[in-house]
Amino acid sequence: MSRAVIIGAGMTPVGEHWKLSLRDIAVEALLNAMDDAGIDGVDSLYVGNMVSGSFVEQENLGALIADWAGLGNIPAVKIEAACASGGAAVQEGVKAVLSGLEDVVAVVGVEKMTDAWPSDATRYLAYAADADWELFHGASFVALNALIMRYYMKTYGYTEEDLALFSVNAHANGAKNPYAMFKRPIKVETVLRSPYIADPLKLFDASPVCDGAAAVIITTPEKAKELGVPKEKWVEVAGMGRAIDTINLANREDLLTLKAAKVAAEKAYRMAGVTAKEVDFFEVHDAFTVMAALSLEALGVAKKGEGAKLAKEGQIAVDSDYPIQTMGGLKARGHPVGATGVYQTVETVLQLRGEAPNQVPDAEIGLTQNIGGTGSNITVNVFRRV
Amino acid sequence: MGKPMQVSRHWRHFQEKYRLIGGKCENGHLMFPKREVCPVCGSRSVEDYEFSGKGKVISWTIVRNPPSGFEYYKPYPLALVQLEEGPVVLAQLTDVDPEEIDFGMEVEVVTRKVREFDEDGIILYSYKFRPVR
Repeated sequence: MSRAVIIGAGMTPVGEHWKLSLRDIAVEALLNAMDDAGIDGVDSLYVGNMVSGSFVEQENLGALIADWAGLGNIPAVKIEAACASGGAAVQEGVKAVLSGLEDVVAVVGVEKMTDAWPSDATRYLAYAADADWELFHGASFVALNALIMRYYMKTYGYTEEDLALFSVNAHANGAKNPYAMFKRPIKVETVLRSPYIADPLKLFDASPVCDGAAAVIITTPEKAKELGVPKEKWVEVAGMGRAIDTINLANREDLLTLKAAKVAAEKAYRMAGVTAKEVDFFEVHDAFTVMAALSLEALGVAKKGEGAKLAKEGQIAVDSDYPIQTMGGLKARGHPVGATGVYQTVETVLQLRGEAPNQVPDAEIGLTQNIGGTGSNITVNVFRRV
Repeated sequence: MGKPMQVSRHWRHFQEKYRLIGGKCENGHLMFPKREVCPVCGSRSVEDYEFSGKGKVISWTIVRNPPSGFEYYKPYPLALVQLEEGPVVLAQLTDVDPEEIDFGMEVEVVTRKVREFDEDGIILYSYKFRPVR
């Protein structure tokens, strides 16, 4: 089998882009990625997006974005896996290249959330849950994660203060990322003083509603050479995995195990031929602080119940053993839901090229983990420096 | 989001929402709601099973920023309740002081209003759970 390499990466800053529409930011990120690779066309486009039909009354994003980016009559489709849409779109792009059917593929992740009224945004995000058995009862997405958070704290004896450390780490890293929504460090007290959205989950345990788009260009090493893309730009997609779990949280075998992440990670590690120990940094899905803890456990970085302990022991900072959220994560960089998996990918590319603002020294292998639903659809991708 | 959508969409779940009827597969696995395929053993032979409505709180939260359509009811407690027969159900708690909710609190099912739509819309009812007094 051939290999897939990323030869171009681009993004827009994450934030509240009042002046820009969904198509504006998607096209900007896509053109940035194409410019980075030095190409002016692609064979196909995959769009990661969760819920544009509700947020901005626009579906058929493949046609919209390829048309407005001037890509001609190429095939272009939207890939949807709730908040994991971006990670899934990257995987579909890689599969297209590995299949040999498409040589040069573009993937763009985009979400435009701030055009919606806040309570409507809360409703649209809950579409990732079970409509008949969760949203029906007034469950917001935050509320479902709050149920997990309270149970996690009770089961393992953690406090709200312990989990706040994930937000503090994310903000410390986001402060140095020019593309991050929140470019300022915070303290544990900042998190603890923020209002409850769904007890015990507070505003600063949660990632923000925001707009953003990120894009990558994927091809084979042979084609990359032919296109004349310098090797320093290449980053190999070494392994990937994806799995689902029950869509309804109440039906989960164990509320505190991200089984889908476990299965996906095992696949990705096997394909890449690496173990968790060999990974230099982890871009995990910290949409809520408790999800960062559960993710570290599912990825095999921490033992079950010890994800939050890694944060307490100071092992998640950029200069420590298990750096996570090196560019701010979902909490500080921002979480434009369908774009997040592609942001994680772009950030991983920058780290592996040695171009990141918070550079992990000598980073060779990076991992992205992107969660859809309350853990019901999860992608794990492993990248390697070429 | 004021419109009730199709009445049929909610009517088709009246067994589950009004009577807490779930399923039991041929191998005795219980589930709520009922499915075509047993999530434990894969059996496609699943029949109706009515739960007693008694259970315990596993985890809970207070919804302070609800999805649109639920603003009028905020704040409201939402919980995962483990039924005495085993399956776990997500539902609102009612007739309860948020301060008294605790892990393992014993609760029982009641039928209550979940939300109203516009003047000309339908009213949705469902199971909720209240503390056993």
